[in-house]
Amino acid sequence: MEITTLHYLVVAAALFIIGTIGVLTRRNVVIILMSIELILNAVNLNLVAFSRLYGLHGQVFSIFVITDAAAEAAVGLGILIAFFRNKETVNADEIDLLKF
Amino acid sequence: MPLQELTPVATPYFFYGLSAVAVLSAIGVIMRRNPVHSAISLIFTLLSLAGLYLMLYAPFVAGVQIILYVGGIVVLFLFVIMLINIERMQREYQFNKQWLVGLLAAAVLGVLFVAVYVKGQSIFPQHAVRFPEQLNTQQVGKMLYVDYLLPFEIASLLLLVAIVGAVVMAKKRI
Amino acid sequence: MQEFLNYLNSNLTPGQAGAYLWVVIYILIIFAAVSLAVIAMNWLERKILAHMQVRLGPMRVGPHGLLQPFADALKLLLKEDIIPANADKLVFWMAPLVVVITAFTTYIVIPFGPTHAVTDMNIGILFMLGVASLGTLGIIMAGWASNSHYPLLGSLRSSAQMVSYEVAMGMAVVSAVLMTSLSGAGVYGIGPGGGDAIGTLSMIEIVRAQMNQHVWFIFKFFPLGLAAFGIFAIAMVAETNRAPFDLPEAESELTAGFHTEYSGFRWSLFFLAEYAAMIAVSSIAVTLWLGGWMRPFPHWLGGNAWDTAFSLFPALTFFFLAGLTLRTTVRMPKTSYFKIQKTGLGVFGLLLGGIGLVLLVPPVRDRIQDIYWFAIKVAGFMYLYIWYRGTFPRYRFDQLMKLGWKFMIPTGIGVLIATALVGVL
Repeated sequence: MEITTLHYLVVAAALFIIGTIGVLTRRNVVIILMSIELILNAVNLNLVAFSRLYGLHGQVFSIFVITDAAAEAAVGLGILIAFFRNKETVNADEIDLLKF
Repeated sequence: MPLQELTPVATPYFFYGLSAVAVLSAIGVIMRRNPVHSAISLIFTLLSLAGLYLMLYAPFVAGVQIILYVGGIVVLFLFVIMLINIERMQREYQFNKQWLVGLLAAAVLGVLFVAVYVKGQSIFPQHAVRFPEQLNTQQVGKMLYVDYLLPFEIASLLLLVAIVGAVVMAKKRI
Repeated sequence: MQEFLNYLNSNLTPGQAGAYLWVVIYILIIFAAVSLAVIAMNWLERKILAHMQVRLGPMRVGPHGLLQPFADALKLLLKEDIIPANADKLVFWMAPLVVVITAFTTYIVIPFGPTHAVTDMNIGILFMLGVASLGTLGIIMAGWASNSHYPLLGSLRSSAQMVSYEVAMGMAVVSAVLMTSLSGAGVYGIGPGGGDAIGTLSMIEIVRAQMNQHVWFIFKFFPLGLAAFGIFAIAMVAETNRAPFDLPEAESELTAGFHTEYSGFRWSLFFLAEYAAMIAVSSIAVTLWLGGWMRPFPHWLGGNAWDTAFSLFPALTFFFLAGLTLRTTVRMPKTSYFKIQKTGLGVFGLLLGGIGLVLLVPPVRDRIQDIYWFAIKVAGFMYLYIWYRGTFPRYRFDQLMKLGWKFMIPTGIGVLIATALVGVL
């Protein structure tokens, strides 16, 4: 069976849903950040799959998405380390104080 | 130098194999108890996605994915996992109290995707643009520097801000 | 079968031509050659290091220790496989695999000749840098899975060092890639101007660019090519965790660092991966700056006579080695203890001479040229690695990181900007 763009979009949708489940259900903040990376990768796959039909703009945009994901992962993990130093926990539902 | 197109070999097998690895590893990312195992599953997902990008005639994005995502971001994740002591947290319960609501929301999202794909099939163009694979990097580079110069510069500024921010957040005393 | 043999007449790499059986053959040849090179490196390192330290090195196992690597391999295979008590078994098992697989995957794009690469990817150099950065993951996994603090600290230090020097390597590589498209030509004006050359990341095209511009990139824009090469040469030593940057695996500091808990065959996989990675990054340096498979002075000393003269070099090298071996055979002590060693060494010398004679045959002589010059340059780099190990004291870890971030990266960026400026003006 010929592999069409729709096949890639279905894979991207599956990754997106799995990432969303990870963000909404896990307690460990590190795993939540990894699920966000999954979501961004699903978007990238979508962009690159469409770039085959519409020209190279999708690939250029996906490079920007990868760059932003790197920046966001760095800052998110920095915040996590700063928080962990104060409260010794990485569970998302125990991070519930607005001020220490 | 003749322009070559990479004729794909055994494309359905590679596609189904790579997407199976991607989806199964993604499930592994969200289901494993040990964060290091989740990170390793994330590595498998990212590498299989790089393979899918190669099949979509995007070698430059595949190379960038391998260097930045697998060689940079996942290394960062593993460093942080090793630096914070999460041994005792592995024995606690892994899923939070609203897991059912989360699953329902994701299911609704899935139904939405299916609806969009079923209804919107007619807007996809029927033929694929064939750009030669040997010039992919050059064309992407030209587009980055001619059409997308401003976003490129903004992205570099964003990375600078992220570096400074991450260093400030992780320092013990500012 | 005819189609299979037809490939030999085409001028594409097997990956591009779609000849998948040839791809498999090339991969097997590369695998065998790299394993042979690692075995030879083991022996050479111990002997050369010993001679630099005014001692003799292994002398007992075979004639002049030539069978020492095989004895080491046999010992490692027969050793007991110990897994630490609370180690994470899956990750412990996977870590050496990751390091070996990434070290060997980089060989796909290394150009041993104009068509002698497994494939010529459009993103060749980017692929090599990316897969080399995957090796860091294997080291982190090894340190984590060992469940003990020495390996954990060793792997953290090792991977931090590798990540820091990857940036410097990237800067140097980008300035070399930039030179493929700049028509500034040789030492400020010697050589043809390029015209509208397109820059490229493909390894074979980078060497072709050096051929077309009649200059090795190490000599282009005089101090800049050399500076970029120097930065890459230092960064590649740090990237492969070799002396003088080998604090994470030095025995006196961290009891062998991240591979402390690995014994027997698993340790030999780390060792194999380290040497394979050394050969791979040396190949990058040779391809980008030293002209890849080009013989010295292809245009200045061109013409049929010079070509034939240079094509005798492979055979002459093997004759030289055979001569050394036979001289040593003759000078061995004449007691009956050494009879077996003497005959063994004599047979080895005759074997080397036989290979030299085979390389004199004209069809073989023409085909072996590119591979020979590439291999000789990489062998020079291997000697440099061993020389550094015997000469330099070890960097302390904070000195190492300071060198990487505060000296290498700014110098790399400066060289990149200067290359771009000089090329455009």
